[in-house]
Amino acid sequence: MIDVRLSLQRRDFQLEVALALPSRGITALFGPSGCGKTTVLRALAGLDRAAGRVALDDQVWQDDATGCFVPTHRRPLGYVIQDAALFPHLDVRGNLNYGRKRATGERDRIALDAVIELLGIGHLQARRPTTLSGGERQRVAIARALATGARLLLMDEPLAALDAARKAEILPYLERLQRELALPIVYVTHAMDEVARLADHLVLMRDGRVDAAGALTDLMARADLPLARLDDAGVVITAEVAEHDLLHGMTRIALNGSSMWVGPSPGLPGQQVRARILARDVSVTRQRPTETSILNVLPVVIDSVQREPSTALLSLRVGHGDQQAHWTLLARITNRSLDALNLQPGDALHAQIKGVALMRDG
Amino acid sequence: MSAETWAAIRLTAELAGLSTLLLLLLGTPLAWWLARTRSAWKPLWASLVAMPLVLPPTVLGFYLLLMMGPHGPVGQFTQWLGIGRLPFTFGGLVVASVLYSMPFVVQPLQQAFEAIPERLLEAAATLRASPWDRFASIALPLARPGFVTASVLGFAHTVGEFGVVLMIGGNIPGQTRVLSVALYDHVEAAEFAEAHRLAAGMVVFSLVVLVTLYVVNRPARDEAQPAR
Repeated sequence: MIDVRLSLQRRDFQLEVALALPSRGITALFGPSGCGKTTVLRALAGLDRAAGRVALDDQVWQDDATGCFVPTHRRPLGYVIQDAALFPHLDVRGNLNYGRKRATGERDRIALDAVIELLGIGHLQARRPTTLSGGERQRVAIARALATGARLLLMDEPLAALDAARKAEILPYLERLQRELALPIVYVTHAMDEVARLADHLVLMRDGRVDAAGALTDLMARADLPLARLDDAGVVITAEVAEHDLLHGMTRIALNGSSMWVGPSPGLPGQQVRARILARDVSVTRQRPTETSILNVLPVVIDSVQREPSTALLSLRVGHGDQQAHWTLLARITNRSLDALNLQPGDALHAQIKGVALMRDG
Repeated sequence: MSAETWAAIRLTAELAGLSTLLLLLLGTPLAWWLARTRSAWKPLWASLVAMPLVLPPTVLGFYLLLMMGPHGPVGQFTQWLGIGRLPFTFGGLVVASVLYSMPFVVQPLQQAFEAIPERLLEAAATLRASPWDRFASIALPLARPGFVTASVLGFAHTVGEFGVVLMIGGNIPGQTRVLSVALYDHVEAAEFAEAHRLAAGMVVFSLVVLVTLYVVNRPARDEAQPAR
């Protein structure tokens, strides 16, 4: 567990957070610019000084109660920032070796070759940082951080400086990272698509405070959080591959007895996949639609209705009757439809899902 | 050239070499501090370092002479140490040169250190480098052009000083009679042939030094290349 209790008072900014982050998987710190997420990350690394306590499992890095403060260079962490910060006077190999040479102890001697292989940068080793593309630079920076044998990887908007194509190039590497190394990652971002794709846990921050923290799938399904008011609000589910329709190039996935057809997945039946369903891609009808082109229609019950200025957000419980096996779907509809259909909590409806995006395995 | 001229050349080279060495040793920590500090005193220290740029050398020489003289605080201290008095000695010239050439060494170093992005030093810290290690492995190599500039300017400026030398060192052959003073003597004595040799020599020397500086500090080609 990563114990973070920090407070900081600056002239125009106040930070007050208390978090217990899991020491497994990727935790995303998500929030608008200036909400304090980078400050939290920098304080975790010891680069900024906030008052409080920071500990990774049994290792205390900062505890103002005992006057303990471990300087950054003695904390077994890796830190990756937006612009990579590669050393311009060293080639890629020199950059990779910089931290590795300084890491002490056998345990920290992570196999550099494995990291180089993992991030696909073997062919770049003799190159100077200035000759690399943005995506390559970022992969080298990640490898450099991993090569120290870090016990915690901190990433501050590592993809924010990259265009969509470079982002798409590097995301699979981050997924591999998380799959193949049992290394906790704290990931700062303000991009929802990165959160939905990468994170296992989510911390929502606003104005120096934590709005909510918890499992990604739980928080994404909550209609009461500011998250649900974003244009790309929607739930993330973890489902199982059920069968493939090779003729039409589609895969059926199943979650708690409901099934949906999605784009082709390479996964074998039984394998876990992550999918995202945007609220704006879900509509509702009172009668079960017949002869519709929409493939995925699920029976649902309205849990709650949140009226916003021009649209309304419905929280829908999937699965009639059975309380045990339900899961939540969010739907954004117009207030006009809300009133025309006179929708109330408890109403049984059919949700028509226009799009289900497969994010990744597991 | 006469033996006297050769003695003046040797003395000048020794003075400039020793002063530059001392300046690099003193100037590096000072420049690093000036580049990184957020102290309210920074403008004062930066101004003190820059003073020799605007002061007439004779003013500096005058105060140094008073300070290092038999009744000055520095003079009393050196006498107490048993070194004797510094004015009109090679040691006195070195002290004066170090002060006089200070901005020519500290300012290029400071600028070079200031140009190093903080995020690179922070990255080094997250890669287990201690503060000393960060200085040696990141700051020094990245400030290399600054060191070249500082050394060359410090050396060349010391070679060219005249006013301070005259005030502090006088004109003792083999001890304080440097090139610029020797040149002045030749002109005074109407020995224009010898004066020409020295003056032209200094012009060529300065040109060679500056050309070398610009060539060495040119950015390497692959670093100047824009990223793809």
